[in-house]
Amino acid sequence: MSLIRKPFNRRSILRAGALGGTALAMPTVFSSRAWSQGYLNEPTGSTVTLGFNVPQTGPYADEGADELRAYQLAVKHLNGEGDGGMLSTFSSKALKGNGILGKKVEYVTGDTQTKSDAARASAKSMIEKDGAIMITGGSSSGVAVAVQALCQEAGVIFMAGLTHSNDTTGKDKKANGFRHFFNSYMSGAALAPVLKNAYGEDRKAYHLTADYNWGYTTEQAVRESTEALGWETVETVKTPLAATDFSAYITPVLQSDADVLVLNHYGGNMVNSLTNAVQFGLRDKQVNGKNFEIIVPLYSRLMAKGAGENVKGIFGSTNWHWSLQDEGSKAFVKSFGQEYGFPPSQAAHTTYVQALLYADACERAGTFNPCGVVEALEGFEFDGLGNGKTLYRAEDHQCFKDVLVVKGKENPSSAFDLLEIVEVTPAAQVTYPPDHPQFAGGALGTCNPGA
Amino acid sequence: MDAILLQILNGLDKGSAYALIALGLTLIFGTLGVVNFAHGALFMIGAFCAVTLSRLLSLSFVTIDETQTDFLGNPLKVETPYVEAWFGPETGAAIIDWSVPLAILFSIPIMALVGLFMERGLIKYFYKRPHADQILVTFGLAIVLQEIIKYFFGANPIPTPAPDAFAGSLDFGAMIGMDPNVIIYPYWRIVYFLFAAGIIGAVFAFLQFTTFGMVVRAGMADRQTVGLLGINIDKRFTFMFALAAVVAGLAGVMYAPINSPNYHMGMDFLVLSFVVVVVGGMGSLPGAVLAGFLLGILESFASMAQVVALLPGINQIIIYLVAIVILLTRPRGLMGRKGVMES
Repeated sequence: MSLIRKPFNRRSILRAGALGGTALAMPTVFSSRAWSQGYLNEPTGSTVTLGFNVPQTGPYADEGADELRAYQLAVKHLNGEGDGGMLSTFSSKALKGNGILGKKVEYVTGDTQTKSDAARASAKSMIEKDGAIMITGGSSSGVAVAVQALCQEAGVIFMAGLTHSNDTTGKDKKANGFRHFFNSYMSGAALAPVLKNAYGEDRKAYHLTADYNWGYTTEQAVRESTEALGWETVETVKTPLAATDFSAYITPVLQSDADVLVLNHYGGNMVNSLTNAVQFGLRDKQVNGKNFEIIVPLYSRLMAKGAGENVKGIFGSTNWHWSLQDEGSKAFVKSFGQEYGFPPSQAAHTTYVQALLYADACERAGTFNPCGVVEALEGFEFDGLGNGKTLYRAEDHQCFKDVLVVKGKENPSSAFDLLEIVEVTPAAQVTYPPDHPQFAGGALGTCNPGA
Repeated sequence: MDAILLQILNGLDKGSAYALIALGLTLIFGTLGVVNFAHGALFMIGAFCAVTLSRLLSLSFVTIDETQTDFLGNPLKVETPYVEAWFGPETGAAIIDWSVPLAILFSIPIMALVGLFMERGLIKYFYKRPHADQILVTFGLAIVLQEIIKYFFGANPIPTPAPDAFAGSLDFGAMIGMDPNVIIYPYWRIVYFLFAAGIIGAVFAFLQFTTFGMVVRAGMADRQTVGLLGINIDKRFTFMFALAAVVAGLAGVMYAPINSPNYHMGMDFLVLSFVVVVVGGMGSLPGAVLAGFLLGILESFASMAQVVALLPGINQIIIYLVAIVILLTRPRGLMGRKGVMES
C-alpha cells in the first residue's frame, strides 16, 4: 500500500533541517564593556545586585524553580523581611537583616537551560549588563564548571548550586568558586558502611552510568568505596544521557552474576532507569542466594517523586532533607513552608545557604571585593545552617559537613514524605585530603577581582 | 541465545512505539503531503491524557485530621478521592488503578480534536508551501505544545503506573524450558506490543476494507479524478490527519506506564520515528511498521555491553547509520515506491 501523492525532494528537508539547526544552536552574543576600576561591579548606590543563574527551562526546570524560591526567600531575609529564616540560627552573627554592608539586596535572574553555553551567556549578561557582583545557582556539574570558569575570568564570586561531580572542587576548582553541596566521593564514603551493614561484604555490583562527567566521578567513587568493603564490580556500562528507555541496559543485568545494581543516574535518567529496573522484576530476583538490590547514589526528593513507588526501600545519599530536626533546618522548613506551602528540596536548601554564606562573608570582610570575600570564606567554620558543623576548606573551596544516607520510604504520609534518613554520616568520615586521586589535577589559582 | 532473545523482546516494545508514530507520520505525508514534525508532540499529548485522567480520577476533598500534624505542625489535611467516596473505597481505588486503560477512551475524542484543530487551524495553510516551511512550522508547533504541557504539568517526569493486575513480569525463559529468572519480560510491555499490533491491524483494515478507506486510497493515487467524481477528498484527508493524531495519542497513552511521561518525550521519539519513515519508505505504511520493529530491535542489540565494548558509541548512532546506508543504496527506503526520494 503506497500512499505517495507527489515526489519528495530530500534536499528540501535537509536544507530545512540545517536552517532550523543553525537557528536553534545560535549562541547568544553579548556586547562587552570595559571592566570598571577597583573591583568589578563595585556597588556605588544604595543597592547591591546578585545574579541567580538557575535552570528555568529544560529538564531541571522544577529544581531551578525551587532554587529561585529559596533565593527569593534569602533576599527577603537578608533585607530584614519575613521571619528571618536561618539568620537566627546561623552561628555567625554578622548579618543584621539590613541588606549586605547596609545596601539593600536586589537580584536578577538568568536561565541556564542546563546547557553550559546558555548558562555562561546568561551569567555573562548578568555580570556585564546588570552589574551582578556574585553569580550563584545551577543544577548540573557541567554548568557549574563552565560558569565557575567564567566567573573566575570575569572577576566575580561564584557560589555553586546543585553540583555533585568531584571535578567542581577537584580538577576544575577555581579561586573565585565555592561549593556548599556535597560530592561524589562523599556519597561513596557515606553509603559504603551502610551498604555493608544492610547487604553484607560479599556482593557483586553492576554499574549503569550516565555517560558524562558527573556519572564517571560518581561511578568511580561508589566503585572504589564498595570495593574497599570487599564487593566485586562485575560490569560498568555507560548509558547515553539522552536515553529514555533503559530496558536494553537492564536486561543484561539479569544475565550477569550481579546481585546489586548501582544506578549512577540523575534526574530523568534516574527516574526512567529505576522504573525500568523495577518493571523487569530485578527487585523480586534472588541471585547467589541473596535478594537483588538497587542503589541510587544521589537522591533528590524531586526525582523520588518522579519515580513514584519504585523508590521504596532503595538506598541513596542526599545533602540535606527537610525532616532534619536541628534548629537551622526547622527554621528554614518553617519559613519556606509558610511562604510556599510545601517543604523545600535539597536544591533549595543549598542555594539558600550559599546566598547567606556569601552575604555573611561580605559583612565579615567589610567589602564586596571578591578577594576579600574569598579570604573570609576560606577556612570558615560555621553551624546552624542545617548540616551541623561545617568547614569551607581553604585548599579547594569545598564544604565539609555531615552527609545523609537515605532510603525510599515504605509508607509515605504525604507527597513530600518520600525519603527517610537512615544515617547521618559524620563529616570526618567523608573528609579526604586535598590531593586525593579522585580530585587530582587543576589548581585553585588566585582570586580575581576583575579590575 | 537467551541474550539475543531478550534483545529481540526489548526491541519489540520500542519498535511498537516507533511503528505507531511512524505509521501516523507516513499516513499524513501520504495523504496531505505534509512532513509533520509535530507528530512526536501528539504522542506526548497522548501520554498526558493518561496523566490528566489519572489526576481527574484522583480529585479529592479535604478533611482535617486533628490527631496528626503536617510538616509545619498544623493539623493534617487528609485527601480522599471523590470516586472512593462515591463508589466505596475498593471500587474507587480500582477505578483510579485502571486510569491508564480508561484513558484510551478518554484520549480518542481529545486527540481527534487536537488533530482537527492542528490541521484546520495551521497546517492547511502550508499545503502549497515548500517542505522546508512545513517542517519549520510543525517543529515550532511541537515546541509550543511541549511548553504548554510543561507550564501545566512541570518539567519532572510524572509516574503513571499500569493497573496492579499488570504489575510484575513474565518469566519467559522458564516458559520455554530455559533457566528461570533469566528472560524476564514485564507484563505491561507485552500488553503494549499486542495493543500496537491491534491498532496497526485496525488502520490497515480500515484503509483496505472500507469504502471510506478505498476513497482515501483512490484520492492518494489521483486526487483530481476523485475530485471530479464529486467526492470531497479534502474532508477525508482531514479525517485521516485526525486518525493519525489518534494513533499517535494512543501510542502515548499506553506508553505512560513504561516511562513516566515528561514534556520532552515526544521529541525523543520524533527524530527516530522520522528516520523510521525514511528507512521504511516515505508514504509506505507496511514500510513504516517493518522499519519500526526492525530499528527498535537493532537499537536494542546495539545497546548490549559486548557490542558497545567492540564499537564504542554504536548504541547512539546505529539508527542513523542504517538510515545513511539505506539512503545511499536505496533512497526510496525498504518498501518505498520507485522514484520517491530518488529525484
